Amino acid sequence: MYQVPTQSLTMDEKLIFEKSKPGKEGCSLPREGMVSSGLESGIPPSLKRTAPPVLPEVSEPEIVRHFTNLSRCNMGVDTNFYPLGSCTMKYNPRVNETIAQLSGFRDIHPLQPADTTQGMLKLLYELERHLSLICGMERFTLQPAAGAHGELCGMMLVRAYHKKHGNGKRKKVIVPDSSHGTNPASAALFGFEVVVVPSNERGRVDRGTLDRVLNDETACLMMTNPNTLGLFEDEIVPIAKLTHERGGLLYYDGANLNACLGKVRPGDMGFDIVHLNLHKTFSTPHGGGGPGSGPVGVSKEIVRFLPSPLIAFNKGCYTLEDSSPDSIGRLKLFHGNIGVLVRAYAYIRSMGSAGLAQASEDAVLSANYLRNKISKAYDVPYNDFCMHEFVASAARQNLKGVHAGDIAKRLIDYGFHPPTVYFPLIVKEALMIEPTETEPKETLERFIEAMLAIAKEAEENPDIVKKAPHTTVVGRCDEVLAAREPTLCYQAPK
Amino acid sequence: MSYLPLTSSDRGAMLASLGLKDIEELFRSIPKSIRSKEYDLPLPASELELVNELEALAAQNRTSKTTLSFLGAGCYDHYVPAIIPHLISRGEFLTAYTPYQPEASQGLLQTIYEYQSLITALTGMDVSNASHYDGATSVAEAVLVSIHHTQRKKVLLARTLHPDYRQVIATYLKGGDGEIKEIPFDKATGSIDTAALYKELSNDVAAVVVSTPNFFGVMEDLEGLAERVHESGALFIVSSHPLSLGLFRTPREWGADFACGEGQPLGLGLNFGGPLLGYFAATNEFMRKIPGRIVGLTKDNRGQRAFVLTLQTREQHIRRERAASNICSNEALCALTASIYLSALGKCGLERIARLNLERVQYLKEKIKKLKHFSFYFSSTNFNECLIKCPTGPKKILDALRGQGIIGGLDVSSYYPEFPDGLLVCVTETKTKGDIDKFVDLLSKV
Repeated sequence: MYQVPTQSLTMDEKLIFEKSKPGKEGCSLPREGMVSSGLESGIPPSLKRTAPPVLPEVSEPEIVRHFTNLSRCNMGVDTNFYPLGSCTMKYNPRVNETIAQLSGFRDIHPLQPADTTQGMLKLLYELERHLSLICGMERFTLQPAAGAHGELCGMMLVRAYHKKHGNGKRKKVIVPDSSHGTNPASAALFGFEVVVVPSNERGRVDRGTLDRVLNDETACLMMTNPNTLGLFEDEIVPIAKLTHERGGLLYYDGANLNACLGKVRPGDMGFDIVHLNLHKTFSTPHGGGGPGSGPVGVSKEIVRFLPSPLIAFNKGCYTLEDSSPDSIGRLKLFHGNIGVLVRAYAYIRSMGSAGLAQASEDAVLSANYLRNKISKAYDVPYNDFCMHEFVASAARQNLKGVHAGDIAKRLIDYGFHPPTVYFPLIVKEALMIEPTETEPKETLERFIEAMLAIAKEAEENPDIVKKAPHTTVVGRCDEVLAAREPTLCYQAPK
Repeated sequence: MSYLPLTSSDRGAMLASLGLKDIEELFRSIPKSIRSKEYDLPLPASELELVNELEALAAQNRTSKTTLSFLGAGCYDHYVPAIIPHLISRGEFLTAYTPYQPEASQGLLQTIYEYQSLITALTGMDVSNASHYDGATSVAEAVLVSIHHTQRKKVLLARTLHPDYRQVIATYLKGGDGEIKEIPFDKATGSIDTAALYKELSNDVAAVVVSTPNFFGVMEDLEGLAERVHESGALFIVSSHPLSLGLFRTPREWGADFACGEGQPLGLGLNFGGPLLGYFAATNEFMRKIPGRIVGLTKDNRGQRAFVLTLQTREQHIRRERAASNICSNEALCALTASIYLSALGKCGLERIARLNLERVQYLKEKIKKLKHFSFYFSSTNFNECLIKCPTGPKKILDALRGQGIIGGLDVSSYYPEFPDGLLVCVTETKTKGDIDKFVDLLSKV
């Protein structure tokens, strides 16, 4: 008997493997027949795979429906407001997708002779110049595949710089307690010892503590500015001076650059090394977790250590050249996430100087507008004018047993992707909210209404918040169970 | 500006609600001494102008669609089925972030779970992560895990491993006191010199890395290697061209602890070498040590099957400086691409596409063998690429082919000085019999 579904959009419970039926094909391939004798005889038996892999057998229409329906069980910037703090989920212009798919960018091989890729190399060369200008740095490498990869590159540069100057004992990297998790992880991955400095009562790096920990073992100080509380580190100039006086380098985590366009440049703040997240500030789509791109910019003194190759322009010709003998070497295969770089270039060309500045202004204005309205019902621990994001706290709601995570889940019922929760670690029950510049005021109003409504629910009917979401294809997921009894791939029934 | 929805009256009203008159008041915490002026960028382009400008730049590049090219060497010209660009352009996938909130991200989480399942099926391993940046960084992180796991410092790399992979591993190791030793290859077969490897296997070796097919396109016979590697207490990392696994032995069958490599052949296209897709799979023993995102199965509060990011205590956002890796954004959309590609190929298609590659390289080899002045450095089985010995340095030959509008492959002399006449030629399923005939015909006339 056919059961009428209660929701028109439900999660198709089946995996692609569970739709498999022997004999089905999902693509058509050319016929064999180039060699007359049996192909198999060319393979020594010792090299042969003994049993074919258990891949699904599904027809093309079923594959298209499978993945299309899965996409409908997912929120993106295209479908919903996505105020995920520190992730800068802004609109991803579609013309940039069209451009990245041009055959002249998509169908070229990375090892083609340079004279067959002049247009590509010119774009990358210009992009490097634009990023240098926007950040006030001397040069950029476009190789790093993501922000954290850029950080790792930065740590390699820090080490190479100190080694060259005979300061091999500088093994310590200082990070504020408000920093992104990738900062200490990148430093540790490359063998540095991590020193954490607390934030002061203004939510900024504490200069007094910094003065005590900066010494001749300090390799570098990593900072995000504005920091993850959305506050500008207003003592950055004396901090940079102090760090340099003690022989350390200053590293800029560019995750929050979206607050700074046209307003202030990392190079002018005194930073020596900068990574950007093109999938944040420069509007390239995040793709559900990459591909991103994390170009790294450096001051003049550090150019010689950049990874190979770099793009050069000589006698009217663009080429890829190995950097100096002091280079840290190769960081990844080929030249970086080109498809992402093309989109970022197109974005900068569309926006221009004034457009970029307007973007930051609107992002900062929208964040402050939300902060001001939301602070009526939620604690905002550092309730100062913020930059492009701010951190609220569910401490008040916690008195009724409602956590930041519950509010996040309830927001999904109201049609919003949740903000970042429980980060930064220095705020209890943190809700980190970043609206970006690409939301209309009407959406901001609806989000404020939802936040205020949820605060009221937390007072009057906390269970509805604690058990949220109620409208999604799956309810609250048991993350503890997943980690305790890990099932990480499909097992074919025996 | 069409990407910015706020109107000037919106801005005015929002400022007024904050008790402000001028937007600059919101930026007053930035010291005046470091405030920026305008950037000296070109004037903004309208959409029409932008498209025209970038189409003109794109037109300056020779593409694999307009130029016959025999380049491989780590980035392969495999056909991308039409369904792929359509499905991965769905905004719900394309414009999502990492699926931290499972209830709003079941679609992506299920595709990643399927990706992990497809990679484990392909490689024969037990667990896969959600992806890494590329083949080289994936292998490099497997090396770091091995050093950490064994508490040893020495890493043995087959000299037949892609030179750029070896360079990336060297770059990654500069932070610690890891030490690299390269293992030579047998001059007749182009495979790893097992005697030389066994001589180096001592109790200070953390890992051995071999790829098959290797940089020369040679399918390595790794029989017995894993036992010797494991006897010495080291771990074994095997890197394969994923499509070769339709016919050839898997990393698991060779006894690998880690299967890491480049997933670009799985429907990603060339893209001037990026984005790529590092696949990273391991045996169960290393489940809690592998870098990157992992999706696992669980239940929701309604008793339904659901998917979540799991084993997150390995990760940087929880463990900070004690994390297994610093990786955050990976290559999720490329993993989705690979999932669609492998689902479309299916069980039979994978073997068929492997056969198409194999028959092309066999056909090419048969034809070249008939030429008077060309030969091969190695007697071996190849997958879709082979190293040809030219009568002179390959530069002259490549130039002559270029004169005929053909990109003839890669001159390997700068990577391997012992092969001054070595030309690495790749033929995937995109090459027709006519393409190969034309190539060989031109070689005979050089």
